[in-house]
Amino acid sequence: MSAPTAVLDGFQTRRRAARSRVLKPWYRNGSLMAGIGVIGFLVLVAILAPVIAPYDPIKQDLQNALASPGAAHWLGTDKYGRDVLSRLIWGARVDLRIGFLAVIIPFVVGSVLGGLAGYFGGWFDTIVMRIVDIFFAFPFYVMVIVLVFVLGSGEASIYLAIAAVSWVSYAKIVRGEVLVAKKQDWVTAAKLGGMSDARILTRHIGPNVLSQAIIYGTSDVVMDIMAIVTLGYLGLGIAPPTPEWGSMILDGQEFITTHWMQATIPGLVVVLVSLGMSWLGDGLSDLLNPERRK
Amino acid sequence: MFQRLRFVPARLLQAVPVIFGVTLLVFFMAHLLPGDPAVAILGEHATAARVTELRKQLGLDQPIWTQYFLFLGRLLQGDLGTSLTYQQPVSGLVLGAIPVTLSLLFFAVVLCLVISIPLAGIAATAPGKGRDLGVRIYTLLGQGMPQFWVGIMLILLFAVNLRIFPVGGFGDTPLDHIYYLALPALTMAIAMSPTIIRSLRSSTINVLGSEYVATARSKGAGGMPLFRGHVLRNAAIPTVSILGVNLGYLVGGSLVIEKVFALPGLGSLMINAIFTRDFPTIQAVALFVALFVVIVGILTDVVYTLLDPRVDLSSKVAA
Repeated sequence: MSAPTAVLDGFQTRRRAARSRVLKPWYRNGSLMAGIGVIGFLVLVAILAPVIAPYDPIKQDLQNALASPGAAHWLGTDKYGRDVLSRLIWGARVDLRIGFLAVIIPFVVGSVLGGLAGYFGGWFDTIVMRIVDIFFAFPFYVMVIVLVFVLGSGEASIYLAIAAVSWVSYAKIVRGEVLVAKKQDWVTAAKLGGMSDARILTRHIGPNVLSQAIIYGTSDVVMDIMAIVTLGYLGLGIAPPTPEWGSMILDGQEFITTHWMQATIPGLVVVLVSLGMSWLGDGLSDLLNPERRK
Repeated sequence: MFQRLRFVPARLLQAVPVIFGVTLLVFFMAHLLPGDPAVAILGEHATAARVTELRKQLGLDQPIWTQYFLFLGRLLQGDLGTSLTYQQPVSGLVLGAIPVTLSLLFFAVVLCLVISIPLAGIAATAPGKGRDLGVRIYTLLGQGMPQFWVGIMLILLFAVNLRIFPVGGFGDTPLDHIYYLALPALTMAIAMSPTIIRSLRSSTINVLGSEYVATARSKGAGGMPLFRGHVLRNAAIPTVSILGVNLGYLVGGSLVIEKVFALPGLGSLMINAIFTRDFPTIQAVALFVALFVVIVGILTDVVYTLLDPRVDLSSKVAA
């Protein structure tokens, strides 16, 4: 009597488990949705900055400098009387734009070099990996700071400096993935079928190995935003008076004893971005690598 | 023990091309400066005589490869050039700043372990439970905060409000130094701890599920003695290599932290040099930091081998 039910129960449980693992639609993935929610909200704020920011972010009002938060200025004003909330909103444009765009070049360059090195091996692999070792010896911030100095200040230099440093990680990740992938049966099958290396790489190996690079990319966006904010804090980033979170923290530090919110709030926004990206990364990782989930 | 360290000479040899590449990269950085490096270094308003003098000092009137080998030759003699701001040998400036940065790093690593080992232990002994979740939230937030901002927040809390620690500076006596380094070291420890906690947590969970821990338990071991004697050392092995890799990142972060707390270390030296366009000093700091990272990489392999008798790196290095 109970035996068939147990079997049925077992079957249903197994099916439910299988469904939750494989067929769970992306919109039922909690951390992915949390990530999309947070990042989507921040991107929307950045896009709508001209509409929603209550004040001009660079307009000075010295009469009204260092005003406390109130009805007129929700987060108060800075030392030049500029509205902090408006600067925060406009700052999202700069920091998020650079953070997301800066990932593109290193992603492409690193993935291509790492993929080719892993697939072909030999002298090309040796040379690429030695170059990786050399770049790896320079800590992220040292390299970025020196390169921004050498290339001159401005947004283009920041992209180049970040690209020069962070392609290394993509190259390492993709190379490792390709080394595993090229030993799989489906690659051997494709080779025996007479497929060209280019076709195998782009059609077969590429889609299978890039997911790790994409997941890493979500944390790399955070690294890049940290770099921009740090450069801004050091006074080496986007030139004032353009609103940028890092330089807002630098300005706020001066008044830390009297106006603690000035340095605190832009930092909290960065924390929010990081949380959002980290949820997005976890969600993507579930979605793209269901078999690797712990 | 020494048998297992026979990979060290080969590992050192392997580092040679990397160090060579590092010098090459640092050398050519000067040539990435747009226009005449001498003008770029001295600024637009420099006199022609000063430019010619610097061109000669930098060897810019020679072919580029000659310049590089001259640079390398001077480097081997410990000559890193002359600081344009202070008009004294850069090597002296760097040597003066190194102890500050190294003590900061050392202090930070110690504090990081003091934070990470208990938190990882707390999380690993109850995976999925409330305290594990608490530790997870800590690591998530810790990773998401800009390092320098953590420093400012600690200043706000401990220096401005509670008045326990100074806002910045390095002090005069060794005891002073420890007192002044407490907040910057804590900042870096917080920044690094999420990575260490995650690694230590997952390796501790693995070790706790192993047969030798079950055996130790069945013989009556438990609590702290079990954790110290059987779990920690084994769980620490993967974490050591992660600590080694992250030390490089930590050095980079320390440069920024020094700026936050006005510590006279390599970071302040480099960032001030950037504002005064003192290129020889920037080059020297970048070079030194990169060499440090290469050396730490080798030391990590040594510690890793000593901690884990099963590891044999001789084949990996030879390959």
